[in-house]
Amino acid sequence: MSLSKDIDPIVLAEPVAPVNAPRGRGSLMWLLNPRLSIGLVILAVMGLGSMILPFFAPVDPSVQASYMRNLKMSGAHWLGTNSLGQDIFWFLVFAVRNSLALGVLVAVGVTLIATIVGLSAGYIGGRFERFVMLIVDTFITIPLLPILIILGALIRGNTSFLTVGVIIIIFGWAWDARTVRSMALSLREREFINMARFSGANTLQIIAREIFPYVSAYMLVGFINVVLFAINTEATLAVIGLSKVEVPTLGSIIFWALNYNALFTGQFVWLIAPIIATVTLFLGLFLTSTGFNQAFASKRGVS
Amino acid sequence: MGVLRYVAKRLGLYLAVLFIGLTITFMLPRLMPTNPVDGYIGQLQSRANGTLTSEAIAEMRTNLEQLYGLNGNIFSQYASYMKRVLIDFDFGPSFTYYPQPVSAMILNALPWTLGLLLTATFIAWVLGNMVGLVAGYFHKQRAASILEFLGILLYPIPYYILAVTVLLLLAYVFPIFPLSPTFPVGQLTPEKIGMILYNSLLPGITLVLAGFGWNILSMKALAVATTEEPYVVYARLKGASNWTRMMSYVFRNALLPQVTALALSLGMVFNGALLTEMIFSYPGIGLIMRTAATGGDYNVLYGAITLSIIAVATAGLVIDLIYPLLDPRIRHK
Repeated sequence: MSLSKDIDPIVLAEPVAPVNAPRGRGSLMWLLNPRLSIGLVILAVMGLGSMILPFFAPVDPSVQASYMRNLKMSGAHWLGTNSLGQDIFWFLVFAVRNSLALGVLVAVGVTLIATIVGLSAGYIGGRFERFVMLIVDTFITIPLLPILIILGALIRGNTSFLTVGVIIIIFGWAWDARTVRSMALSLREREFINMARFSGANTLQIIAREIFPYVSAYMLVGFINVVLFAINTEATLAVIGLSKVEVPTLGSIIFWALNYNALFTGQFVWLIAPIIATVTLFLGLFLTSTGFNQAFASKRGVS
Repeated sequence: MGVLRYVAKRLGLYLAVLFIGLTITFMLPRLMPTNPVDGYIGQLQSRANGTLTSEAIAEMRTNLEQLYGLNGNIFSQYASYMKRVLIDFDFGPSFTYYPQPVSAMILNALPWTLGLLLTATFIAWVLGNMVGLVAGYFHKQRAASILEFLGILLYPIPYYILAVTVLLLLAYVFPIFPLSPTFPVGQLTPEKIGMILYNSLLPGITLVLAGFGWNILSMKALAVATTEEPYVVYARLKGASNWTRMMSYVFRNALLPQVTALALSLGMVFNGALLTEMIFSYPGIGLIMRTAATGGDYNVLYGAITLSIIAVATAGLVIDLIYPLLDPRIRHK
């Protein structure tokens, strides 16, 4: 679902319970369930592949007219070439790398902002919390795509790929802040927090030392969801031609394919290859995130 | 008393969303390094092969700034912007289709978007919740996990991928639908209505599929949790049938968070609808926005985004105001 990053059904349904942190540095095997394993394998293959393969690329795939146009699949060009004379396979490899890198970058930014906002709102409470939550709810309710379209139309051509990431951070932090805050709320009234407060710890110390270790597991899941959201948002903008479409991403491939009417000219591969790559990558990310969730949930149940 | 407080709180959020949303829309172009007026003048000049005198350009600039509400300091601009948008619903004329007013263009496209969006969201919500309910209620049976698998497979797939895949499968591999749709204009006849429905099916299917997965997953998780509740166990011991327990005990209670979630996710559903319209060339707000964005028609863009914010906020408000009717806990507090 486009742009619907993290109404994570699992998080929604499960009231946040504290994680019983594993004592000692035991084996991490308890984490592995089928979902997580499949997800991690997909991510490892696609992540490592897209990081390492670009070093072996014969030419920069974003350069146009490197090869003959519209070649069929062959040994030299595994997925053929497109109407711009680019090798589809190498374009795809670079696309996966760029999209993943953007996703991780945005997720770092979003997680930082969401954690600061959510934790402080949940912990400080009172009027401050109400004000912050009003802003958060507003950002959640405002439809993101129209705003991004205007921004894209205004800065198109004068922007770097990085700016696109920053814009997604600015408009994408609210959902996570909401989740973090509800976790902070459920933790605020717990015994050990009071204990820390009576022992003389200040707000900052309590947030950093007592609350953060408890919410880190959920933040990992949230992080993956933001990666999904960011890749998706950039690709969405790219598909309608409002991102930096010269940079290979999972969306810009489809933009060029649709722009050159790949459907009418019968160049399926140009469209099918990015579709398969995207679906696999998204499935990998999603399985990893729900797998983690399951693992932590069953860990709580057992201990 | 409980209901009144609830309504007041919700209205407050509604006003805040409108205010902040419109303020962002107002600020965006003013914070940008590029100036639409410069761009437009540059366009005209290149069309006139640079024969325009500097006086003519200066005059044109004042005219354009007047036309787009850019004169005066930023506060008076803001006040007149708010007044124009909220009271007069006037966004000025379109650049590309001058002098057609933007509000008329948007009002023409609105029924298309609403028709597609409401129908698809409703179908996806009902179907998804039903499938999710069955998957959750019978979660101990193997067959139910197949239903959940459907959700897992559909949920993470982005709208644009779904749209392109549906197009590829149903218009190219199995040519049931046309590759590029045609939507007749003018007076509606039964024949034309049939044609519109036929051409709307592809974007409709995309939207339903996209909403389907999430509804399955979240309803399943909710139903699993609700099935474990003591009152459901009590109903079973009392001898209530499977159907009664599933529908009136589990479904009724698991439904409430789903209604709230629908209200919260409306913005995202709307995003998806816009994108689907763009990819399928469906003549709604989304297509208008795309044409305007590529043509640099900023008035139309602002009109469309303002309307989007108002529409999504209002729809969320309506859902939240219906909510007390479903949840007796708020009614009787």
